[in-house]
Amino acid sequence: MIEIKDISKWYGTFQVLTQCSTRVSKGEVVVVCGPSGSGKSTLIKCVNGLEPFQKGEIRVDGISVGDPKTNLPKLRARIGMVFQNFELFPHMTVSQNLTLAQVKVLGRSQEAALAKGMALLDRVGLKAQADKHPGNLSGGQQQRVAIARALCMDPIAMLFDEPTSALDPEMINEVLDVMVQLAQEGMTMMCVTHEMGFARRVAHRVIFMDHGSIVEDATKDDFFGKPRSERAQQFLSKILHH
Amino acid sequence: MFSGFDFNVIERSWRYLFFDGMEFTLRLTLFAMAGGVVFGTLLAMMRLSSIKPLAWIAGTYVNVLRSVPLVLVIFWFYFLVPYMGAWVVRSDTPIHVGAFASCLLTFTMFEACYYCEIMRAGIQSISRGQVSAGYAIGLNYWQTMGQIVLPQAFRNMVPILLTQTIVLFQDVSLVYVLSITDFVGAASKVAQRDGRLVEMYTFVALIYFISCFALSLLVRKLQARIAVVR
Repeated sequence: MIEIKDISKWYGTFQVLTQCSTRVSKGEVVVVCGPSGSGKSTLIKCVNGLEPFQKGEIRVDGISVGDPKTNLPKLRARIGMVFQNFELFPHMTVSQNLTLAQVKVLGRSQEAALAKGMALLDRVGLKAQADKHPGNLSGGQQQRVAIARALCMDPIAMLFDEPTSALDPEMINEVLDVMVQLAQEGMTMMCVTHEMGFARRVAHRVIFMDHGSIVEDATKDDFFGKPRSERAQQFLSKILHH
Repeated sequence: MFSGFDFNVIERSWRYLFFDGMEFTLRLTLFAMAGGVVFGTLLAMMRLSSIKPLAWIAGTYVNVLRSVPLVLVIFWFYFLVPYMGAWVVRSDTPIHVGAFASCLLTFTMFEACYYCEIMRAGIQSISRGQVSAGYAIGLNYWQTMGQIVLPQAFRNMVPILLTQTIVLFQDVSLVYVLSITDFVGAASKVAQRDGRLVEMYTFVALIYFISCFALSLLVRKLQARIAVVR
């Protein structure tokens, strides 16, 4: 589904990604973790072309992301993305947030888009909030709306960029629950997150990044059982014991 | 103190002042504002564009026009537009352009520079994440701008856009150099006809003060409202 081959990226002369390669198969849940500044967010943003990269190739469902001939908006419409800071559109109501791209990009009718939006809003448990503006919702509610907004487009894969990092601790679980449910339904997911509990529960594979390189790419049991690199061991011992 | 003055001149001429003079001033202000905001927004998008030539063209345009006095631009356009029009339609003689059309073009192009800088700040005030979110759900550049960035930028910038419009409203009085009957022009004609310069110009100043002050109060109110909602 997602194939990342030898991706390198520079900001000026500073190299942020160094020859990263991995793949996410259909229905697979891959968690990307690592210390801050390790390039995990940058890597996931390369997958739907939000960040350009200078070397290597990324294919999503067989379509090359870096190819200038690729219709990026069309490809992005098929990949859902959830951001650290929710990024709901504050000047629109929740239901407008959900219907905008369905109508403008997929060409669905307003009624069909609204029906789809409401169904997904119900699924994340926020049907009552449809007419509110995002600013009137809690962080956890906003992030659930953001997930619903991405799902409205019937994505073939979902990208999560630290979806719980900006949340108060008591709101993290309501978002994780939605993500766990998605994973269990067989959604292809690539998640940048520090939530190791989430990784243990639903991840198939865990990728560990440091200084712009993929240091470890292992199945969940291998990663938590016996990480091979010293750097990953250090990282794990730090975030698991607090 | 006012014993030597004759304020009846205002009573005799107010219809002319407001229905001829002020009507022109307001019409020009509103149309130039609309045109200036639209053109200014396009310029702002060009200035922020990743396509370097576009950014360069818009930047040069804004910087050149902002460093030339408005009176000069008004004159220059008034005398040049007929020739440019002739060149565009390939006519041998200069085409006739009305005073209003010429002024409107001048003010739109001139004020667009200032509206451009305001909108540029407005667009830059919208976080990069909002743009990314627009792209991520499949919107293209124009949709992201039109649906996500510009509505929020406008909203944030409404008070400053209106403040600039107050400046525009005052600037319109400069069309007197073309002997056009705007509010000041009308007053000055009456003043010279009746020899009542002090009375008329005092009255004009008072009206400008009242309308601009009222507008700036409105702006302040709007500012407070937007600050609460956000």
